[in-house]
Amino acid sequence: MNKRIAPEAARKGATRRDLVIGATVVGGALAVGACSPLDLLGIGAKSDVGAFGPFIKIAPDGAVTVISKHIEFGQGNHAGLAAIVAEELDADWAKVTVEQAPANVKLYANKTAGIQLTGGSTAIANSWNQLRQAGAAARAMFVQAAATKWGVPAGEITVKDGVVGHATGKSAGFGELIADAAKVEPPKEPKLKDPKTFTLIGTDRVRRKDSRAKSTGQATFTQDVHKPNMLTAMVAHAPKFGATVSSFDATEAKKVQGVVDVIQIPTGVAVLAENTYAAKKGREALKVQWDEAKAERLSTDKLATTYAEWAAGKGTLPEKTAWQGFDSKGDFAKAPQGEVFETTYDFPYLAHASMEPMNCVAEVGAGKAKLTFGSQAPTLDQLNTAKIVGMLPGAVEIETLFAGGSFGRRANFQSDYVTECVHIAKKVGKGRPVKLVWTREDDMQAGYFRPLTHHNIRVVIGQDGFPVAWKHRIVTQSLMKGSPMPAKGLDETTVEGAKGSPYLKATPIVDAQALLPDNGVPVLWWRSVGATHTAFAMEHTIDQLARKAGKDPVEYRLALYEKAGATRHIGALKLAAEKAGWTTPAPAGWSRGVAVHESFGSVVAQIAEVQLVDGQPKVGRVVTAVDCGVAIAPDQIASQMEGGICYGLSAALFGKVTLKDGVVEQTNFDTYRVLRNSEAPRVETYIVPSANPPSGIGEPGTPVIGPAVANALLAITGQPSLSQPLVKAV
Amino acid sequence: MAMTLDVNGKPMTVNAAPDTPLLWVLRDELGLTGSKFGCGVGQCGACTVLADGQPIRSCSMPIEGLGGMKITTIESLGGTHPLQEAWVKHDVPQCGYCQSGQLMSAAALLAANPKPTDADIDAAMDGNICRCGTYQRIRAAIKDAAGLAAAPKA
Repeated sequence: MNKRIAPEAARKGATRRDLVIGATVVGGALAVGACSPLDLLGIGAKSDVGAFGPFIKIAPDGAVTVISKHIEFGQGNHAGLAAIVAEELDADWAKVTVEQAPANVKLYANKTAGIQLTGGSTAIANSWNQLRQAGAAARAMFVQAAATKWGVPAGEITVKDGVVGHATGKSAGFGELIADAAKVEPPKEPKLKDPKTFTLIGTDRVRRKDSRAKSTGQATFTQDVHKPNMLTAMVAHAPKFGATVSSFDATEAKKVQGVVDVIQIPTGVAVLAENTYAAKKGREALKVQWDEAKAERLSTDKLATTYAEWAAGKGTLPEKTAWQGFDSKGDFAKAPQGEVFETTYDFPYLAHASMEPMNCVAEVGAGKAKLTFGSQAPTLDQLNTAKIVGMLPGAVEIETLFAGGSFGRRANFQSDYVTECVHIAKKVGKGRPVKLVWTREDDMQAGYFRPLTHHNIRVVIGQDGFPVAWKHRIVTQSLMKGSPMPAKGLDETTVEGAKGSPYLKATPIVDAQALLPDNGVPVLWWRSVGATHTAFAMEHTIDQLARKAGKDPVEYRLALYEKAGATRHIGALKLAAEKAGWTTPAPAGWSRGVAVHESFGSVVAQIAEVQLVDGQPKVGRVVTAVDCGVAIAPDQIASQMEGGICYGLSAALFGKVTLKDGVVEQTNFDTYRVLRNSEAPRVETYIVPSANPPSGIGEPGTPVIGPAVANALLAITGQPSLSQPLVKAV
Repeated sequence: MAMTLDVNGKPMTVNAAPDTPLLWVLRDELGLTGSKFGCGVGQCGACTVLADGQPIRSCSMPIEGLGGMKITTIESLGGTHPLQEAWVKHDVPQCGYCQSGQLMSAAALLAANPKPTDADIDAAMDGNICRCGTYQRIRAAIKDAAGLAAAPKA
């Protein structure tokens, strides 16, 4: 979820080539030549594709293994990807397993992003046609093999649950036919099933394949890797972004039993030890002097105030920044006279705080670089590793493991924690395995936050209560810093959700602009990216406008969606409203709030029941309706709605990273509060029936709950929520 | 320093400094990697194991105080514990990293209180963070394992 390289560009597929070429340049080891960029990226890669292609392996016993080009770190994509293959192949679902693909951009590029990565809620969407064809081609090979063997027309062959059969009573499992089938030329354009005949896709039979391993402690995460002769490393990091090592004294650190070596690397000083605790104690004993001459020293209080001033047209803009427009039309200065509604919203920096802190295992030796970890963007990790070790990117081996969450954190243009591990492993050399372990404190203070963001909105309201002119200013940081893609205009990841909003479509005059000043705090996509703030700004504003107009918030939205032609919004909202009983009173003591938002091609409507307990919001039932195209794994769609809502609610209620004089003030879960079990809502998920191709599901549930809760609070107190988190720290 | 710990019913001799947290002994010395490192300060519960049946945060528990206690980890549940069956039935895990700790907290709860109320579940499970947000399925699976609710899943 949350995890992508160039989300807006990716969705359109327009700049894929730019991206890949850019990424190649970043690789540094290569110059763009006569062959295609993908060929260049893939140079040095091993290719051992079996008879049934890069996505399917079939064993002599008939067992089917689906190879996933996407990492599984919670989204449930492995279930959906395997189901797509199994459906077209007519495999026995109970005997299908999933294996993680190695890094190989030629075989396993994300068709939306152009490189191998999991992100932008694209795993299912970009694989849909590819895996249907892979499954259908393999099925056709078995059908042809059986037809030839039995001397019957291929059209009379049936396949069901991994068994190939004929009306004469002949039948054989995949395993029995495998040698013959492997010799059949795969059809280039295999016939796909009519979706009406699906027997697996869309049913509750599509379940996770990893639940047992993850319920028994047997699933292997990076943290669990133990290789012979492996060293464990912890790194003393600078207290401020941009500070560097001035000097260090390792005398005491080296006295710690189990500490093997202490070495300087670009990001700090690494303590290498025989085990994790020795590395930790060694790091505690280490003395490092930091050079803070170039360090970032900002304080978030001041930054938020400055952003608000700029958005209000005050103060001097920093050099090299300028307002950039989107979705604008008409002349706001000539807007009709009418009542004016003005509001501002403040959003803090947020940490991803996945359960497994960042970590990596690297082995670097003569002509070899191997990484073993939860790689979200293998192509970027290959390129960044190749630069350090002086190899061809394709020759950098990556074995991708399960990762304990990411929410966007594990894919970034710098491969930050990966390259830290590679630098250490290179110094250690001889191919000796090094496991870099970050503590929670390392993880939380390393940055790559959702950026601190400010919105300033001014709406002129018409006689009918609907907006006639909308002025919108957003101040935030660009997420594309360090991107191999050359900047071309506005970084749309910062405004998506405001940009493209049906409310702006329905408003005759729009003046929408964003300002993207830079600073030294690294920022990154965070589950649902731009929508983490735009959904709140749009949905909370609309609710206030509806109440000002004396109209029901659901009816008010539906009227605007009609004007904008947003039919999927209408479908999702009507379904949620019906299931939540919107037109009937909420249970005694509870109030309802509604919000709707489209992201990653999916539209999500949520209705939250909220009450105040000791002055703080408590969320009970949440009804969510989602239009995500064809529903492949309904139970995993529900699971992602439940999880996405918890993730978004955690941030809306509690999430806030602050900096004081450049130092991140939150270090662990005692200072960065997150949602706990007793605070989790009861989520009911309803899926809008659709024949459209599948769209995203990992992220779209996340940004909707915050405004739904704020809108319920508005109903309770009459007061808007102008800054997050909603629960103020004591 | 050599010390003997009773882990999953077996005496285990470990060579570690007395202040070493149990978690690192389990993971690095004994190869029992089911218990996870999440926060190191007893805030997230990913490292939860049982000591004489009581849930403890092994990341913050030096081994020197654990001599003579019966340590139980996720590996001891055997894979067919009613809670594990319920976890699979409800497809509770997402990323899965916190689930060993969740299961051990739930196992301690049901061992002490076979028919927990929602408030009992709140009290027992609030020390275990899940960033994927599997909380409602955890609750459903605990109730299912306790025979409290008919919560059928395919």
